Amino acid sequence: MPAILRVEGLSKRFGGLVAVDNVSFEVNEGEVFALIGPNGAGKTTLFNCVTGFYAPTFGSINFGGRDISGSPPHRTAKAGIARTFQNIRLFDYMSAVDNVRLGHHCRMHSKLWDSLFKTPFEKREEKAIIEHSMELLELVGLGRHADSYARNLAYGQQRRLEIARALATSPKLLLLDEPAAGFTPQEKVELMQLVQVILGRGITVFLIEHDMRVVMQASKRIVVLDHGEKIAEGTPAEVRSNQRVIEAYLGKSA
Amino acid sequence: MSRVRTWFQDNRRNPNAIAYSVFIIAALLYPTIVQFWTGGNGDYLVGIAADGGIYMLMAIGLNVVVGFAGLLDLGYAAFFAIGSYTYAEVASYHLGVTPVDHALHIPFWLALFVGMFIAASAGALLGAPTLRLRGDYLAIVTLGFGEIVPIVFRNGGIWTGGVPGISGLDVPTLPGWFQGPWINQNFAWVPDFRFTTANLTAYYVLMVLLIGMTVVLVHNLYNSRLGRAWMAVREDETAAAASGVNTVTVKLLAFSIGAATSGFAGAFYGAKLSYVSSENFSFIVSVTVLAMVVLGGMGNIPGAMLGAAVLYFILFWLLPSAPSQVESLASSVGLDFLNKAVPNGWPGIAEEISRSKYVIFGLILVGIMLLRPQGLLPSQIRKQELKHEEHEALTVPRQLQS
Repeated sequence: MPAILRVEGLSKRFGGLVAVDNVSFEVNEGEVFALIGPNGAGKTTLFNCVTGFYAPTFGSINFGGRDISGSPPHRTAKAGIARTFQNIRLFDYMSAVDNVRLGHHCRMHSKLWDSLFKTPFEKREEKAIIEHSMELLELVGLGRHADSYARNLAYGQQRRLEIARALATSPKLLLLDEPAAGFTPQEKVELMQLVQVILGRGITVFLIEHDMRVVMQASKRIVVLDHGEKIAEGTPAEVRSNQRVIEAYLGKSA
Repeated sequence: MSRVRTWFQDNRRNPNAIAYSVFIIAALLYPTIVQFWTGGNGDYLVGIAADGGIYMLMAIGLNVVVGFAGLLDLGYAAFFAIGSYTYAEVASYHLGVTPVDHALHIPFWLALFVGMFIAASAGALLGAPTLRLRGDYLAIVTLGFGEIVPIVFRNGGIWTGGVPGISGLDVPTLPGWFQGPWINQNFAWVPDFRFTTANLTAYYVLMVLLIGMTVVLVHNLYNSRLGRAWMAVREDETAAAASGVNTVTVKLLAFSIGAATSGFAGAFYGAKLSYVSSENFSFIVSVTVLAMVVLGGMGNIPGAMLGAAVLYFILFWLLPSAPSQVESLASSVGLDFLNKAVPNGWPGIAEEISRSKYVIFGLILVGIMLLRPQGLLPSQIRKQELKHEEHEALTVPRQLQS
């Protein structure tokens, strides 16, 4: 399968701190790819580089055959990369459906003129987008909560709403930053089912996760980061038996 | 008929729908009522309402910047000035005395949009380098801009008329106009009508139409893709960017649209006064408009309009007339001694009130904000925010928040 995302020699430095150090890997189309590592390993920094929040210090990020390193977040979103955040970032005082409607922003074609004068084109587009938003809310199981403010939703619902908002940008690649954090085992199972549904829509999933059970079950391939460096890559079984990974997580035996 | 009835039933509890209805009815009835009340001499009051409309337009525009997009703009009067001066340049004899040596007389209806366009461009020009700043820093830059613009106009020499400004601006004209008893004339059709201070009702009608148009357009924007993006940027810029919103463009648009409304109001102001001077665009104008928006209810169009109406009424009718009103009140309840001035002492109640005008104004503002911190007519969002803030302050110790 062709690679959809190719990260080559990526480094990110903050002053003297090297957060990500010369990391290379490829994410193939249609797979679930996981990024794991102990706290502070640089996983989220790597996500931020891929989605354009940070410009990489060195290296390149190639998405679908185009070099996107250093392009701003809204442009990577338009190119087809969507993401969720480790600490949920919803628009608290917008309703659930409005959160998802906003996600369509970069796929809409109404110009300022259309908005000002409510042209038939704008009305049609808005109508289609409300329908699509409701469909996405149903998909993540929030159909009944469309009109609730995002902040009034339960924690698990907020996480799923964030995924719905990300899906609204019609991505080719979805980055999930610890989607199962704080979930009950039951919720984790549901999340993994949702990931399968997302895959079924032809969207590649790239996730950061701490829960080994989730990672081992869901993903085809895994990259392990420690202190910003890639220390292992392979299938769950390979990674699990890798000596350096065990050391990074459990410490070196004396 | 049934559609009208369902509309009423659906909106019986919608404060915005009620507010809009009240605004429309009040705007239609106001000239008749004041003329009736003053026995036909109410032209002055109608003119005041037309001037208040200028502030209302500005409040609607600033509400886009501050209320919708959450950008604190303390130099809003600058765009008002730019709109006015643009009108003065393109619709008067003034360019004839400058080195251009050729006066422009663009008709009012077109010049209105020229002023709007130039102000919007100025907004974009100022916004492009500065909108990367957030919060307080943006406020400081806009504050500086608001100070610079009037100074530039004051020192513009021959181009801007210097300290005295530019006078003798063209007034709006129309091919025809109705006159009637509201200006003590018989019903008649006036051909080649010129807007003058003798017929302030015409300005009033024009202002109501302009406000109506602006409200419809801004309301459409608010319920569009752009309006949602503004809200998102205000709530969480990072999440908005990750969802594909170009935050810089969106903020720039808010800034320009706000500036355009202000420029629009400025052009009208120039035409009505037939005179512009840099004295009229000081910091106090920016602050007054901001106070109107905050007091009326940030992020809500009818809120901003109500805030503008209330503050304008207080500033330009209540406070100026307060001294004489209080004086007559004092004498009618037998407290005549209050009205007598004592040399080197009590200056008399009227003088005392007129001296402490702005103290009273401040007290009124503080009072309103204490009673209604969310504004007179808040947006649903603002209401929720305040409720939650209060709730969190009560239940969660400060360190544990965030």
